[in-house]
Amino acid sequence: MTTVAVKPATMAQALTRAMRDAMAADPAVHVLGEDVGTLGGVFRVTDGLAKEFGEDRCTDTPLAEAGILGTAVGMAMYGLRPVVEMQFDAFAYPAFEQLLSHVAKMRNRTRGAMPLPITIRVPYGGGIGGVEHHSDSSEAYYMATPGLHVVTPATVADAYGLLRAAIASDDPVVFLEPKRLYWSKDSWNPEQPQHVDPIGRAVVRRSGRSATLITYGPSVPVCLEAAEAARAEGWDLEVVDLRSLVPFDDETVCASVRRTGRAVVVHESTGFGGPGGEIASRVTERCFHHLEAPVLRVAGFDIPYPPPMLERHHLPGVDRILDAVARLQWEAES
Amino acid sequence: MTVMEQRGAYRPTPPPAWQPRTDPAPLLPDAEPYRVLGTETAAKADPELLRTLYAQLVRGRRYNAQATALTKQGRLAVYPSSTGQEACEVAAALALEERDWLFPSYRDTLAAVARGVDPVEALTLLRGDWHTGYDPYEHRVAPLCTPLATQLPHAVGLAHAARLKGDDVVALAMVGDGGTSEGDFHEALNFAAVWQAPVVFLVQNNGFAISVPLAKQTAAPTLAHKAVGYGVPGRLVDGNDAAAVHEVLTDAVRRARAGGGPTLVEAVTYRVDAHTNADDATRYRTDDEVETWRAHDPIRLLERELTDRGLLDEAAIQAARDDAETMAADLRARMNADAELDPMDLFAHVYAEPTPQLREQQAQLRAELAAGQEGAHR
Repeated sequence: MTTVAVKPATMAQALTRAMRDAMAADPAVHVLGEDVGTLGGVFRVTDGLAKEFGEDRCTDTPLAEAGILGTAVGMAMYGLRPVVEMQFDAFAYPAFEQLLSHVAKMRNRTRGAMPLPITIRVPYGGGIGGVEHHSDSSEAYYMATPGLHVVTPATVADAYGLLRAAIASDDPVVFLEPKRLYWSKDSWNPEQPQHVDPIGRAVVRRSGRSATLITYGPSVPVCLEAAEAARAEGWDLEVVDLRSLVPFDDETVCASVRRTGRAVVVHESTGFGGPGGEIASRVTERCFHHLEAPVLRVAGFDIPYPPPMLERHHLPGVDRILDAVARLQWEAES
Repeated sequence: MTVMEQRGAYRPTPPPAWQPRTDPAPLLPDAEPYRVLGTETAAKADPELLRTLYAQLVRGRRYNAQATALTKQGRLAVYPSSTGQEACEVAAALALEERDWLFPSYRDTLAAVARGVDPVEALTLLRGDWHTGYDPYEHRVAPLCTPLATQLPHAVGLAHAARLKGDDVVALAMVGDGGTSEGDFHEALNFAAVWQAPVVFLVQNNGFAISVPLAKQTAAPTLAHKAVGYGVPGRLVDGNDAAAVHEVLTDAVRRARAGGGPTLVEAVTYRVDAHTNADDATRYRTDDEVETWRAHDPIRLLERELTDRGLLDEAAIQAARDDAETMAADLRARMNADAELDPMDLFAHVYAEPTPQLREQQAQLRAELAAGQEGAHR
């Protein structure tokens, strides 16, 4: 018997696989959105689902995000588990009324009688050369809305595992897909039994003792790269991948910061009013006596997302992360 | 070949893909709102149905009066009365089968009550003790919806899901004239039409969106005409004629159940009371206008029809009034009892499992309550 080498799968393929497996396991799972059927999604993330499960299970809807999410609410009321696709981050804004006023609140409004198990897939973030309205990092809006879970994978394995967990969740989950990692590959093996973590746990992607980089989604590979580069400076950086912004894993994050005494939060979203402010506050409140320096943020600038030819100046890169690490008063440690 | 000859050879043709989607004529509403009471059609109506409608109208009117009174006593935070619109509310509930769903707006408590929701539970939102007081699955009544028209896509999604599951369930979604200006109204109609979902949309055109009259809301000939743009039939009905509203809605529900797709019904009615008890309607309309509509009162119209035809006597009228009075007395008594609220409920229904963050806040409130009981701090 010969062993066939497994072709590495991309994050996009892992997401497709997650939906396929969820649809096969539970007839209540329905995928809907603009272009998700015949085309397989503009990023091909829903490729083949309509063919395999029929157009009633993977449905091309009219082009209307409020309608897509609003009808998903009704479908969930009747016992289905809709997985909706918002084609791009900024295209989701017309659906915010449905998201904030109904999706996030229905369980609460009805005292638990009417939970809404809806997964809202949102391709987000920059770095792919998209023109305006195609590169927003909108996680802060979702994080500020009680009733929603907010998760974002950084690895191919997490893309599969977190999406399965999101679809299985009895609560609405905003599932943020880092667009620029869609074509990334790692050691994930689709042939092996899959591991599905519950939502809400961060992981230490790289151990270190000099400082903690707290990050998520598209910034995780950038932070890992920065950590490698930091070795040249004699800095041993720990990288924590949050994976879930809501609920927030204070335990893993604070355990890391208490070990290292220093922290930088890294994300693409704007700094002012962005997720980093919340994270830095939480860390400061819980780890103040362990901190050797203030918690710093490396974020996108406080500007509307820039045109593609300028985005490399906006997005947090290795240099900007290393500059922040340098500002953490290293001489104090020596 | 001259230029003129070249032009002469040119035959304009439509673009290759062009074809009319559908014939608009059968979708157009009638020129006048459909009426039954006072016409020859009334003789064909089921007397038992008319008597039931009458009893429910009387009950509904009393409910509106009682709820309005409760706002004055501070027992309700606010009440958007449907006085004058009871025919729409009652017909909405009675046009549905038990397995169907009702999607009411904030003004449609009465429709929920007529469908069987406990009158006190229907007022829970407006009383302020919790958002939805009833279990939506018990009577298949969605939570009263405050944002305008946002419940309409829910109705479409639910009806669509039911059909996918093979259930012959119909959803009836209620909205006001103002709500037809919202984007969700458009998206719901469009989705319903494309999916041929078994949904009936009932627009209660009561003349005003708070203070803004219909003329400033839309330039459409009627709100029922909006249906044509979606490929959906539009029906126009006298919203104060309970028999007519019931007939039109029942037809639309039957059509939806049989796979005929959605219908948009505009019921022309009038909000006799102000928008809510907090509104001053004299700022935007005249007493004369209100009086004209009082003369076209839904209870009076039906009572006249029934008495003229010998289907209702003084005793039956009195019986309906007594029944309404009993309901009002019970409602009053139960609303005057203070609600018992558990502050820990604040955290109970945000997620299936509270997040670690909510658990911390839960502990904080528990400690505050314990301290409060000891009288240590306020």
